[in-house]
Amino acid sequence: MEQQEQKVTAKLQPPQTTQAETYAATDAAKVLDARNVSVYYGSFRAVTDVSLPIYQNQITAFIGPSGCGKTTVLRTLNRMNDLIPAARVEGDVQYHGASLYARGVSPTAVRRRIGMVFQKPNPFPKSIYENVAYGPRINGIRGRSRLDEIVERSLRQAALWDEVKDRLNKSGLSLSGGQAQRLCIARTLAVEPDVVLMDEPCSALDPIATGRIEDLMQEIKSRYTIVIVTHNMQQAARVSDRTAFFSVLRDEKPGQSDIRTGVLVEYGATQQIFEDPRDDRTQAYVTGRMG
Amino acid sequence: MSATIQADPAGPAGSASGLSLRRPFGDRAFQVTALVSGLLVLAILVLIAVTMSQQSTTWFTTEGWSGIFSVDWDPAHGKFGAMSFVYGTVVVSLIAIIIAYPVSMGVALLLNEVVPRRWAQPIVYAIDLLAVVPSVVWGLWGFAVLIPWLQTTIYPHVASAVNGIWILGNLFGFLNGNYVSGASFFTAGVILAIMITPIVTSVSREVIATVPAADKEGAYALGATRWEMIRGVVWPHSQTGIVGATLLGLGRAMGETIVVALVMGSAPVITSHLFTPGYAMPGVIANQFGEATVGVFRAALIGMGVLLFLLTIIINLSARAIVGRNARRMRGAA
Amino acid sequence: MAVTAAGRPAVDLGEPGGWRRAKNRLAVGAMWFAFLCMLVPLGFVLAGVIIKGASVITWQFLTSSTIPPNVLPANIGGMGPAVVGTLEITAFAAVIAIPLGVLGAVYLNEYGGNRPLARLISFMSDVMTGVPSIVMGLFIFTVWVIPHGLTGYSGMAGSFALACLMLPIVIRSSYEMLRLVPDSLREGSYALGATKARVTLTVVLPAAAGGIVSGALLAVARAAGETAPLLFTIGFALTTNANLFSGANTALSTQIFDNVLQPYTGAVDRGWGAALTLIVIAFIFMLAARIVTARFARYSR
Repeated sequence: MEQQEQKVTAKLQPPQTTQAETYAATDAAKVLDARNVSVYYGSFRAVTDVSLPIYQNQITAFIGPSGCGKTTVLRTLNRMNDLIPAARVEGDVQYHGASLYARGVSPTAVRRRIGMVFQKPNPFPKSIYENVAYGPRINGIRGRSRLDEIVERSLRQAALWDEVKDRLNKSGLSLSGGQAQRLCIARTLAVEPDVVLMDEPCSALDPIATGRIEDLMQEIKSRYTIVIVTHNMQQAARVSDRTAFFSVLRDEKPGQSDIRTGVLVEYGATQQIFEDPRDDRTQAYVTGRMG
Repeated sequence: MSATIQADPAGPAGSASGLSLRRPFGDRAFQVTALVSGLLVLAILVLIAVTMSQQSTTWFTTEGWSGIFSVDWDPAHGKFGAMSFVYGTVVVSLIAIIIAYPVSMGVALLLNEVVPRRWAQPIVYAIDLLAVVPSVVWGLWGFAVLIPWLQTTIYPHVASAVNGIWILGNLFGFLNGNYVSGASFFTAGVILAIMITPIVTSVSREVIATVPAADKEGAYALGATRWEMIRGVVWPHSQTGIVGATLLGLGRAMGETIVVALVMGSAPVITSHLFTPGYAMPGVIANQFGEATVGVFRAALIGMGVLLFLLTIIINLSARAIVGRNARRMRGAA
Repeated sequence: MAVTAAGRPAVDLGEPGGWRRAKNRLAVGAMWFAFLCMLVPLGFVLAGVIIKGASVITWQFLTSSTIPPNVLPANIGGMGPAVVGTLEITAFAAVIAIPLGVLGAVYLNEYGGNRPLARLISFMSDVMTGVPSIVMGLFIFTVWVIPHGLTGYSGMAGSFALACLMLPIVIRSSYEMLRLVPDSLREGSYALGATKARVTLTVVLPAAAGGIVSGALLAVARAAGETAPLLFTIGFALTTNANLFSGANTALSTQIFDNVLQPYTGAVDRGWGAALTLIVIAFIFMLAARIVTARFARYSR
């Protein structure tokens, strides 16, 4: 077990490579830096010792089989696990060098800078306009013209403006699945976060809607840093710059409490992960033999 | 793009400043307000018990245990025994739940198991309508319409039919010759039964709804008729819960004031004859409070209020516990 | 319960015969009979009130400023003071009980969770719904009217008593509505950086608003019809007293109660008129609750 853990942690240095990478790992700025993060639900250790940096203006994908903790790790990046009473986070996540979990840090402030889009679109039962304006409003922005401007900009960025510009007063619940998800993205972008976390944003959508959101991600990449959890390997390969492969820690000895804890297996440039994975498990997963 | 932390306290996206904790005052204040509102419930209950007991102490000190529960109620002569009212409350409430139990169960089964969804709505509306009729209107109608009718048309015939028969005669027979009264224990019990059926039905429906569909389908799959399924599956599962629902109705019946004040005949007596007048605690409190200026008199009435409070709390606690246990067992089994 | 077809011909797809079918029919028939047992008294009382009360109701009846002595017939004077009393006292009670009740439900659902204090409050709130209304009236009499002496009798005291009655009902129904709001809405709001109070006020409560309003309207309907809490708190008045805070008052329910046992037909007739008015008021609130549920309660069972 110890040996395996060591083998795992050894994978975590960003690969020093001269391959054709769009961004050399050490050149791009580190926006988020997870360090030895473990997450417990009660006494159950859901995720063990995850360390990985997220680089600015890149799309980082978390892939792996079900139940390996991808979403749990994602949620540690904006302190959403705080909402679960039994959850406990060990280790640290640094944001531009400052710790997110230090004493005195306000989760509210964290979430204004690190936004989240969820698996199932969750528009508020308000009008489309009010959905997008909600975030700016709670941040104190009042003037009508200013809000109009923000709403339009956000809806444009989410590639939804043309479809809804004539019915901004209609309820957000009246949109189709793909539109509703783009509304949720617009809502998140309206507060101009630094990072946008996406938890399987397309899993509830049809392929066409999925395609539109993937295009959207590429377009906004220049302004935001994106981390996306996805079940869909092809999506990760299409869309992301870097990919982190998670898996469940194998345990030879039955009866251990760590029997199903999630770990980070390998992390690197997407091209490398898919074409030349270093770990057997990564290889098995991306070639479809696992998960 | 360097990752320097900007010193700007407004902290635009891209910096780590401004992450410090200022639990906004509004957030805290809201939480406290909500907590206080919740605590209000406990505060009121405690206050009720404490303040009303205080006001009734002279009743206790003057009469003592034996005096309080004696049958002798004669305010003009300083006698404040409450036993006849306790008796009346219990009898009338028992009559009410004996009638309401089968009726409510029948309607609950009808709505949940027999009638298709679409048709259930009008029936539910009717029950809601029944629930919204104010108790004082029942009292008015009971006194002006039901009592005369019962006294002339129903009671005499029933009484003469059972007069002399062993137990029935004592319950429903004549008292002293030809005497039956429309204003009586039984009339009050009947009206109370009508009034509590909505809530007993509603809680019973909730209980019946927790029976797992899988069990019901199992019975149907064996070729059972609807009634056989109900008897074999629904009934065992919901029995306890329906008892709880009926207890809730019992609590309601005990506390109902206006009906027992107007329709019971206002006679502080203990008798087994249900077609004769009696009295119940809420009734005497309502009727005689205006005259209760003397200390002990008023203390006695408020004391009976305390008694009512304790009784209904105990009954409600048991009822909720029973219904709750039933629901939890269902959730575990499902 | 098990059905064995031993001895039956191979294909018999008819209804189960004889006794089983009869029992089934009987049982269902008995259930319908039970429903009839509920309908018949309801029908009689509504018919009685409408028949006897309709002839009494005139504009003057509803708006007159004094209640005449019992001897006078029903076409003189009216129940105006009682109508005003009922409406004002109930409205004030609602103003007290509904915000407090909703806030209490917010505490239970959003903050309290599974903590022992929250479970205690929730349980006790359920128990409190079973406390008789006469106890609430006696309670307010004890803590408000007695200390204030004669000036304690007022519409406001009646409102306090009604509010004590309404509070647990509003808490329970609001709590059920808040529970139905999906967590994904809350998460969406948190993820945008809202504080808990913000989440509750700007997303959760608006989403549950329809159901909460409907539950509140039903509580108001119940309070409007109550008599016992008012008997000990509002005193007695024969003229309209629009001031809730000073002076005795009257209400439709207490007037009916006073008039039932009167030997004068005028008084009893006024009682029927008041009864019809009261039923109509309660009915309107019930209808309003249904309409709100149908149109605005987005998350209902």
